[in-house]
Amino acid sequence: MEALYATTTGLLAACGVYLTLRGRTFPVVVGLTLLSYSVNLFLFSMGGLAMHGNPAVVGAGTPAADPLPQALVLTAIVIGFAMTAFVVILAMRARGDLGSDHVNGNRLDVSREDGK
Amino acid sequence: MLQHLIVLPVVLPLLVGASLLLSRSSSPVLRRTISLVAQAVMVIIAIALVAQAGDGTIRYYALGDWQPPFGIVLVLDRLSASMVLLSSVLAFFACLYSTAGIDETGSNFHGLFLLQLMGINGAFLTGDLFNLFVFFEVLLIASYALLLHGGSKARTLSALHYVVLNLLGSAFFLIALGILYGVTGTLNMADMAVIVTTLDPGRAGLMEAGGLLLLVVFGLKAAMVPLYFWLPRAYAAASAPVAALFAIMTKVGIYSILRVYSLIFTDNAGTLADLGRDWLWWAGLATLVVSMIGVLSARDLRTLVAYLVMISVGTLLTALGMNSVEADSALLFYLIHSTLITGGLFLLVDVIAGQRGKAGARIVRARPLLQAGLLGGLFLIGTAAAVGLPPFSGAIGKVLILTSASPEQQIWLWPLLLLAGLCSMIACSRAGSSIFWRTGKSEPSGDRIGLARGIATGGLLSAALALVVLAGPLSNWTRATAEQLSNPAPYLEALLGKDASPETAPPLKGDEE
Repeated sequence: MEALYATTTGLLAACGVYLTLRGRTFPVVVGLTLLSYSVNLFLFSMGGLAMHGNPAVVGAGTPAADPLPQALVLTAIVIGFAMTAFVVILAMRARGDLGSDHVNGNRLDVSREDGK
Repeated sequence: MLQHLIVLPVVLPLLVGASLLLSRSSSPVLRRTISLVAQAVMVIIAIALVAQAGDGTIRYYALGDWQPPFGIVLVLDRLSASMVLLSSVLAFFACLYSTAGIDETGSNFHGLFLLQLMGINGAFLTGDLFNLFVFFEVLLIASYALLLHGGSKARTLSALHYVVLNLLGSAFFLIALGILYGVTGTLNMADMAVIVTTLDPGRAGLMEAGGLLLLVVFGLKAAMVPLYFWLPRAYAAASAPVAALFAIMTKVGIYSILRVYSLIFTDNAGTLADLGRDWLWWAGLATLVVSMIGVLSARDLRTLVAYLVMISVGTLLTALGMNSVEADSALLFYLIHSTLITGGLFLLVDVIAGQRGKAGARIVRARPLLQAGLLGGLFLIGTAAAVGLPPFSGAIGKVLILTSASPEQQIWLWPLLLLAGLCSMIACSRAGSSIFWRTGKSEPSGDRIGLARGIATGGLLSAALALVVLAGPLSNWTRATAEQLSNPAPYLEALLGKDASPETAPPLKGDEE
């Protein structure tokens, strides 16, 4: 399970980084989203991966999964969700204000990429 | 009541800021009054905190009375108290400046401003790494909105870069926290500092990776080369009070490096001792070189001041890299000086731009200024202090840093730092002579500086003289702060109790299958 988990996280991060380095805002936003998914998975695994664990209840006595990474992931998800919403709006605003969806707002570059 | 003082710099801006966000329909005068009164109260609280921290004991505030290492704590020592005072003073003057009209160019200025202040104060006070992340996010989210406040093409473009880069930074921050938690099983900085001393050598590599990743994140916030590209554009595009408040944002990065590395990666940390100090030293020198070129190439007063901020960052990073009590003490003095002066310069540039018609802040021939004498005098004082000319505060800060370098460090530091001073002096005098003397024939027009803006700008720039007059007590204070930082034992003892043995109980762990 560790191998599968690590591969998934790594693949998500690699795709995220690749897309973040693109020149247009839409791939960048998708890249940021993928990256935040992979980070959440990574954080989640930091308490150790355990199958069929019990919830952490004080006094239950049974071995339990570490609850702290779960709390951290929850915080990270909330912040990541809000920031994705914000960056989507910002990208649309940039498209409107700058007249192009290029991250540098450069119209010339865009038309060249389109082959016009 | 007194023991709750530590949490007030976080709670007060939160409550007032949130209520200002809710009362959007109230009159501008009322909102300004509430915001200014809250910030004035913040300054008073910060002075009380500095007075409390002055006795040298380390106090902490356990939220919900959950004791460390498990609960979340706010820690008050000399360093955090002085940083909170610095941010409160800067924010008060920046907010005062905004009441002259900039706050009404968009909605919710004061609410966002207070929330950003809450994030900054929280980052200075927290004793928990994950909480540091949360406060970073609070201050960043507020800063995204503030940067866009008022709206313009330049702001949208720079905000796009700023937001994307900082989201990447947050992702790296979380990865670093995940690694550090995985290795040590704690996120409390004091607890981590204890655990790191008895770390299994096989896991030291992971710890090192986590620690250096944190350095990347803090370096991004501090605008360390090569992570500085967002800064000149963002600072030049932001409205004046926002840019002035941003003057402390790079210092949040510097503070975090200083706190985390002086507490966790100490001499007791075995192979991890003094982690990253070499990187800081060379990155600081590189920052100096890059910002030197930048300041000479600036065609706009705002960009010029943004590069002056970067020169201060480079100076502070090299001082961090020196890693001695003298250097830390000099660093704190220079940090206070550079935050106030560059903040004041951003405000002054906005006033100048308002009197130059279409030319704005660009360094070109334009109409004569309405109040050339007053603004020119302030410009002279501000830039002379930023460049580091005597008799102003920058000279003292620079001399302190130059003398704290060891002989082999001096070979690199002295030429580069003095050259950076020369370059900024050339750039500033060129800009000043072109703006104040190379003027056209047309009639002066534009907005006079007015009382609120005058007090705000003058108040911040008066630090150039005030820090010279108070240099004795202030350098004693920074010296004591640096000594407190160099000896983390009392910090650990205050938080974890006398028997803070390395075998602190590990948290619940899942079965590792």
